[in-house]
Order: sequence, then C-alpha cells, then structure tokens
Amino acid sequence: MVEQVRKLLDKKLKNVQELEKLRKTILDNRDTSRITVSVCGGTGCRASGAEAVVEAFAEEIEKRELQVKIDFKETGCHGFCERGPVVVIGPKKIFYQHVQPEDVQEIINETVLQGKAVKRLLYVDPATGEEITYESDVPFYNKQTRLILGANGEIDPTDIEQYIAAGGYSALSKALFQLNPDKIVNEITSAGLRGRGGGGFPTGRKWQSCRTSRSDVKYVLCNADEGDPGAYQDRSILEGNPHSVIEGMIIGAYAIGASQGFVYVRNEYPLAVEHARIALEQAMDYGFLGENILDSGFSFKITINKGGGAFVCGESSALIASLEGKIGEPKSKYTHMSEKGLWEKPSLLNNVKTWANVPLIINKGADWYSKIGTAGSKGTMIFSLVGKINNSGLVEVPMGITLREMIYDIGGGILGGKKFKAVQTGGPSGGCIPEQFLDTHVDFDELPKLGSMMGSGGMIVMDEDTCMVDVARYFINFLKGESCGKCVPCREGLAKMSDILDRITHGEGKPEDLDTMMDLAEILNAGALCALGRTAANPVISTLKYFKDEYMAHINEKKCPAGVCRELIQYSIDPEKCTGCGLCARACSMNAISGEKKEPHVVNQNMCIKCGVCYDSCKFGAVIKQ
Amino acid sequence: MDTELDFDTIRTIIEKNADKVESLIDSYVDKKEQLISLLQDIQSEYNYIPQDVLIKISQKLDIPLSQVFSVATFFQAFSLKPRGRHTITVCLGTACHVKGGQRLVDKMERDFGLKPGETTEDERFTLETANCLGCCALGPVVVVDGKYESQVNPEKLEKVLKNYK
Amino acid sequence: MTKYWIDGEKAIDISEADDVNSVSFTIDDKDVVVSGGQSILEAVQRMSGIANIPALCYHPAVRPYGACRLCTVEASEDGGKNFKFVAACLYPVKEGIIVKTSTEKVKKLRKGIIELLLARCPNTRIIQELAAEYGVEKPRFSVGDQDCILCGLCVRACQEIIGKSAISLVNRGIYKEVAAPFYAYELGEGCIGCGDCAFVCPTGAITMGDNGKPVLPRVKIPYAEIGAMTSREKLPASQG
Repeated sequence: MVEQVRKLLDKKLKNVQELEKLRKTILDNRDTSRITVSVCGGTGCRASGAEAVVEAFAEEIEKRELQVKIDFKETGCHGFCERGPVVVIGPKKIFYQHVQPEDVQEIINETVLQGKAVKRLLYVDPATGEEITYESDVPFYNKQTRLILGANGEIDPTDIEQYIAAGGYSALSKALFQLNPDKIVNEITSAGLRGRGGGGFPTGRKWQSCRTSRSDVKYVLCNADEGDPGAYQDRSILEGNPHSVIEGMIIGAYAIGASQGFVYVRNEYPLAVEHARIALEQAMDYGFLGENILDSGFSFKITINKGGGAFVCGESSALIASLEGKIGEPKSKYTHMSEKGLWEKPSLLNNVKTWANVPLIINKGADWYSKIGTAGSKGTMIFSLVGKINNSGLVEVPMGITLREMIYDIGGGILGGKKFKAVQTGGPSGGCIPEQFLDTHVDFDELPKLGSMMGSGGMIVMDEDTCMVDVARYFINFLKGESCGKCVPCREGLAKMSDILDRITHGEGKPEDLDTMMDLAEILNAGALCALGRTAANPVISTLKYFKDEYMAHINEKKCPAGVCRELIQYSIDPEKCTGCGLCARACSMNAISGEKKEPHVVNQNMCIKCGVCYDSCKFGAVIKQ
Repeated sequence: MDTELDFDTIRTIIEKNADKVESLIDSYVDKKEQLISLLQDIQSEYNYIPQDVLIKISQKLDIPLSQVFSVATFFQAFSLKPRGRHTITVCLGTACHVKGGQRLVDKMERDFGLKPGETTEDERFTLETANCLGCCALGPVVVVDGKYESQVNPEKLEKVLKNYK
Repeated sequence: MTKYWIDGEKAIDISEADDVNSVSFTIDDKDVVVSGGQSILEAVQRMSGIANIPALCYHPAVRPYGACRLCTVEASEDGGKNFKFVAACLYPVKEGIIVKTSTEKVKKLRKGIIELLLARCPNTRIIQELAAEYGVEKPRFSVGDQDCILCGLCVRACQEIIGKSAISLVNRGIYKEVAAPFYAYELGEGCIGCGDCAFVCPTGAITMGDNGKPVLPRVKIPYAEIGAMTSREKLPASQG
C-alpha cells in the first residue's frame, strides 16, 4: 500500500520517452472547448490590486460551478504593467485593462459566456481614440516580437505541467540526447547570443572558456540581482516563467561540465524568489534536476540565494563574494571567472535574460536565431520602457529597432502630449540620449557611440519637465549610496561629485565645477576597481555632453529651466486665474498662502518650502511654477 | 503581530523564543557561507537582528564576530535596531523618481520627522527607501508592511497611512 | 640569448638553469626577467632603480587589496597595441607584457587620487608628503578631517597574520570605517594587544593606547543620510 502511494506521488520522469508521454497526456486531456481566463499576477499588477481580482474570479467560478467552462489561471507578468490589473480572455485574446473585482461578474456573463466585449475595460488608442478589443491589435503588443515574454501570459508559473505542455524541457532533451557539449557551445556561439546583463559579452565564448577550464568542480550562476532602477525584466521572467531560466541553466551546466548551480536573486523581489523556489522544487520532483537527469548520466542541482540589498552585488566578483558569505566587495579581476570564480573554481555567470534565450536557441537552432536582430547583436532584447510615456511596460523587440519606433509606435508617445527631451538607457552606467538621435538603431554597438549603452535594457523616457542636472544628481546619489567603499576613486570621487551637484541644484554652483566634475570622471574611468565604478560618472558625462545649457542656467542664472530643482523655483499665484477657492491654502502645510474667499490668493515666499502641493491642488491652473 | 507592540515587548518575545533562534542558527551550523541567508531569516522573523544573536551566530558558525558584524552592516536589508510597527518603503528608482518619488520622502520628513532608516518616537513607523522595486510602470510606488501601493502622491500617501496605527 | 635574473643590483646569468619559472617583460622600456607568480609591484620593489610605483594599501606581509589605486599603471598584453589601467599590486607579471609606470595619463590619475585623499585627510603627514611629491595643492572640493584612508591593512594584518580578526571594515561607501564589533570604543578579549595594526598603518590613524590596546581611527562623518544603524551618538557634521 505504501509502495503504491509512493508510486502515485512519484512524478519523476525517468527518461525522454516518459517526458514526451506526459506532455502528450497533458495536451490530450486539455478541454480545448473551455474559455481561458488569464489574470496577470505579476508584482506590478498586484500593486494595482490583482490579487483581489484573482480571488473574485476564483470565488465566482466556484460558486457557479463554471470550472467545466472556464480554464482559469493566474499567470506571470504580461508586461503592460501600467494597465494592470490585466485580464486576457482567450482564445481570441480579448484584452482588458484596469480590471477591478466588481467587474468580474460582468466579464464572466458577457465575455466568457456570450463572447461580447465589455467596452469600458478595453484599451483605447490615445492616437485614434478607438477602442481595441484584441491583444494582438493593441499597438503596444503587436509591434513586439515576444519570443521570451510571450509565454508569461500563457502559463501559471507555479505549475510545471503547464510549462511542459507549452513545450518546456524539450530543449533539454535535445541537448542531452541529440547534441553533445561541444555542439551545444557551437550552437550558442553561432547564434550570436550576447550577455543581456549589461556587458554584452559573447555568450558562446564565455561558455567555451568555461568548458575548456580544467577542474573537478565547476559552477553555473544566474545573476538575478537586477539592480538598475527602472529595469524589471528579470523580475518578470523569474516570476512568470522561471522554468525557462532553469532549463537554460541545466543546458549550460551540461555544456561546461558543472554539477551545482546558484540563482542569486535580489532581496527586493519576494515573488520572484517564491516562484523560483517552487519551480526548482517541481523541477526536482519531475527529475529535471538531481541525479541522472532523464537517464542521461548527467546530474545537476540548483540553489537559490537572496541578495542583501546591494546594487554592487550585480557585479560578478561582488556577487561571488556574497555567495561565499562575505561582504559584496568586488575584486580586481585579472584572472577570468571561467578559470577562478566561485570558491576559486571555474564559474559560468549569465543574466536571467541570457539564460532564458538558451532553450529557444537550442530548440529553433542557431540559424533561425541569428536571422533576428542586427549584424552584431542577434535575437530579441527585452526593454523596460518607463517614465513619461503613454504605454509603459516591458517591450520585447528584435535588436535594431529605432528609438523612435520604441517610444512613439510602441510607447504611444509622451505622456500628456508633452515634448520629448531624452531617453536614459543602460541604467546608472548608461547615458541620456537626446532628440536628434531618435532614429538610432538600438543594439549593443550603436548606443555606445552616443555615449550611452544598452546595459540591462532600462529605457527611461524624460520630457520637458525633467531637469537633466537633477537626473545626473539622482544617479550620482544612487551610486554614492550603493558604492561598496573599497576604492578611493569611487568612494571619494562620487561623494565629491555629489557635493558639487547638490550645490549646483541649490543655486550655489560655480563655473569651474563642470571642469572639476569632468576631472573626477576621468579619475573614476581610469582608477576605479570595478566596472560599476569605471562607468559611474557616465550620467554626468552624458548630460554634460548634450544638456550643458541646463547646467549653465543653474550655475550662471540660478534657474532650473525644467522647474524641478526646489531651491531654484518659485511658486506664485496668477491673480488673473485665481478664483479664491482656497484649496491651495488649505493644502499648504506651512500656511504660506493667504487670501480672502473669492479674492486672489498670495504665496508668502519666505514661508514657502516649495513642496508643490499647491500646484497639484489648483484646479484652475492659477499656480505658476517658474 | 498585533499593533500594540513596543520595543520592550519585542525583546521579551525574542527572549522567550530563544529556543527558536537557537534552532534556526543550528540549522546553518555547517553552512557558514550561507551567513547572509541566516541573517535574512532572522531579520524577517524579528524585524531586526539583536546583538546577542549576532554573537551566537559567530560562536556557532565559527565565524569571527567582526566579520559577522561587517556583513550585517554592509547590506541594506539588515537592521541592527528594532523597527517600528509598520515599515514604509518608498521606491526611489529612476522611474519613480522622475514621477515625483522624492516628494513622498520629503512628506514623511515633514509629517513624521522621519529620514530614511529612522523610526518615529512612538515606534509607529519606520521609513526605508528602495532603489527600484520592479514596478516601474506604476510609479511612484510605496510598500507598507508588504502591501504595494501604486501611483502614490503625497495626498494618497497620507490617506493610506491613516489606516496604519 | 642570455637570460639574466635581476636580483637587487646583481644580474645572474641563468641561461643554463632549467626549470626556472621565469617571466620576461618590458617595464618603462627596460627588458627584465623575474620569477613568475608575483605581481608587478612586488617585482618592481625587488628590483631597485627600475621604477617607482607609489602604493598605500600594500604591505608585503599581507595579501594585496587594490583599494587605494595609487599603484595603477598602464599594461599591454598584445605587444603595445592596447593598454589598460591595472593595479600593479594585483596584476601578475606575464610573459611579454609591456608596462608603463609614468605616462601622462598615469601621472594625472595619481594626482587625482592624491587630491581626493588630501580632501579626506588634509592633516595627515604621509598624504601631505605625497601631495608635495606629485604637485597637488589645495583640493578643489569639500575637505574633511580624517586620518584613516580605509586601506584595510590593519584589518588584514589582524586577520591574516594574527588570525584574531578583532577589527573589521564595517558599513559601506562613504560611511565605511574600521571598527570593533558593535562599534565598541574599547577592544576586549578578541584583541591580544600585539600592535600589528598600528605597525602596518601607513598614516598613523590607528595607534596603540596606554592600555596596550589600539585606539581606533577617529571618525567624523555624520550618519544622518543613510540612516544610522546604530545608536552611536551622532558626531557634529563635518564636510568629510
């Protein structure tokens, strides 16, 4: 009896035939007449209340016993986070945005049972004003090539069988039984895959070095310490499709001969950690991890480690130090990780997005993959398109798309019809790109020519109301706070740069400050210990290159043209527009606004702390910011 | 945890749970490289890491106390002082900053006298900042006791915080 | 070709010797042969008159750390086509590399680092001497008043030579400091009072007190910004 129970609970797939049999069984047993209802359960949609929507659906389906009719699932991040909670009703994929629990009944009655769209939940194209019913017609989606992210909308990441049904682990079977380690490395090399974590290093070359290193023990590492503020693609993949990363890592481990793997996830991504943990357990249960995987003779295990809240741990030697239980201080690396990495053993470290590309390349082949993208940058790239943009979210496009297409065709243009000023790419190590370069093709090699880089894919859109000096100050302060403090150029240099930028944004800048900052930038560039330090001055270099006039306005005229730097702006009330409603006076926490009812109000400049609450609260546009 | 806890009560609970702490540390005895994971477990259990726990870790895992202390002070996730009843984390990632995230931090200072990392006198709130929580399209984002709030402005923040005594 | 082993001022003909792990490379246009397995800085310090590379966080008794970056030199591994900046205390001597220790770029970098150190520690004698040697005058930025340059030699000496690890580098970034556990002002039993920390300290920031225990470097940075993680009294704000 115990044996029978144990056999029932034993899900381990002993070989490829059993895997294929399971895949077929799952697909055969699927009732394709059921209508699929996918609710996005990514962190973004949860922040907008998706959990309540999921509960409402679950309750309603249970109450009305609609399980026979509805295939309901909570999926990973769909990418259009600003429109969450997102619900997609299949098979035609009717796309609903901003769904609330109160809408659930109507959705079931109208859309699921009768196939009719609920108009008020549809996406409206800001350019044409028309309602769009199907996901594939939504401009944000239909210009994307969602090779990696597409699966996020289809599967429940906490159920490995859904991944298997979607073709999961077929790349692993192919790698283990139809290819060999050399062939696998060749495929990755010919595909032209380059690291998606920021460095853009040719992945095949890295795998080859690790493969040829002689050692009894080798490690495979996944860098999920996505620290660039504004980028969250890795979170989305780990939350929404963790098995794609796991499968990639197993293939990589087999190719180089590693037996142990680590996924290093940021502490700030609790849901990603949870889903990765569940996925690893299930992969172990089903025999994709552990001893003698699918009877191949190859054994491999993966452990999850959480970061401790340090951007610097995204740097490879700091990440390794953290895995070894030490503080996250980088080391001067004159020996490659492929020879001496974690515990001085050869280690293969790749980013989440890089790993997620591996099963795709193995399945479809290097020839197919290398046809996508540009000459030097193959495949698709997932960007996080955020900031002052209408359609904000995760965008997956072939390398080589222009900035204009990203921002206007997919992004739908600037929020509120304002004027585009710059797009910041590559995180704190990158730079700001102004309007004249909007037709640049985005890939690993084009952006550095403009003084920026693709980095990890962050793309932050800025408009006329963004102060570029403030942006530089923001990034330098960020880096100063995250600096590990080991080397003099970064620790001291960033602190001094921060002091200077603080003075400039407070109206105390001096003309020689700009030269001083450029000298500091040179010191960082040549002297800093790690790549993060060497690129730390890029926000300043890049904004000085294209927006020097803004710096000069702050220094010479003590003015902030964009109206952001608090010390340099003044809030006053236009007596012509003021209706004397008193809203601003009540909102002001300093009682700095005075005036009689129905009489124009006045701001007392001596008491004003420039918090901007009056500007926000005025319904008549009578508060002037200059 | 109910809302009437103060630092003394927290300390008493920890003392009563000494066994729990012991067994937690014991489970890491031959895994000194997982020091950071252990510190995280303790941090999430007690909302801070007490001094005597750091000393116990050093003894049981055979790591010099100075090194345990270095790790505990290097990483932002660990707090060596007890936190307030409610932790408010304001995201200061680039996207949230561009949409006005700093104003929320300023408001916390105005209304509660709090700078990031500090706790109010009455132990009600602790303010933390995070460098990007990964919800960039929904900024500015604030997390209160693990609950995410999106598109927060100073007014909305005030409303949300009224619910947290 | 005759191979010479340069040992101090002697040049020993080693052409007949076999199984010598020797490495030949070029430094400041001079061809040299040294034993393998050492860093550029170690090799240079053993050959008098070859080059002068300043270094503050290096001491032969402990492992190199690469923190002060003063020992940065330019090195090429492809016969001089491309040069990169490397820390001489950590970069290993390799066959055929070309090293330059005094190019304009290197000199400018050294000046810059010294200027930053002078801004941090304006009243520290060794920093003032370096500033005079490299022509650094008044720093162009806000100036503090510390003695400790966070080279980590004291911490490494206690850890590697003595094995006690009584002190360590805590916090991060600009708030990094040498401290005893829990920021204790006085060291307890963990410290055996050997004085190694004070001995290796390049600036005299850590000294031995009357009670036979070290007096840790003065810290004068306010903790307000990141949020103090300790209940240590906040010192008066300075511009360090």
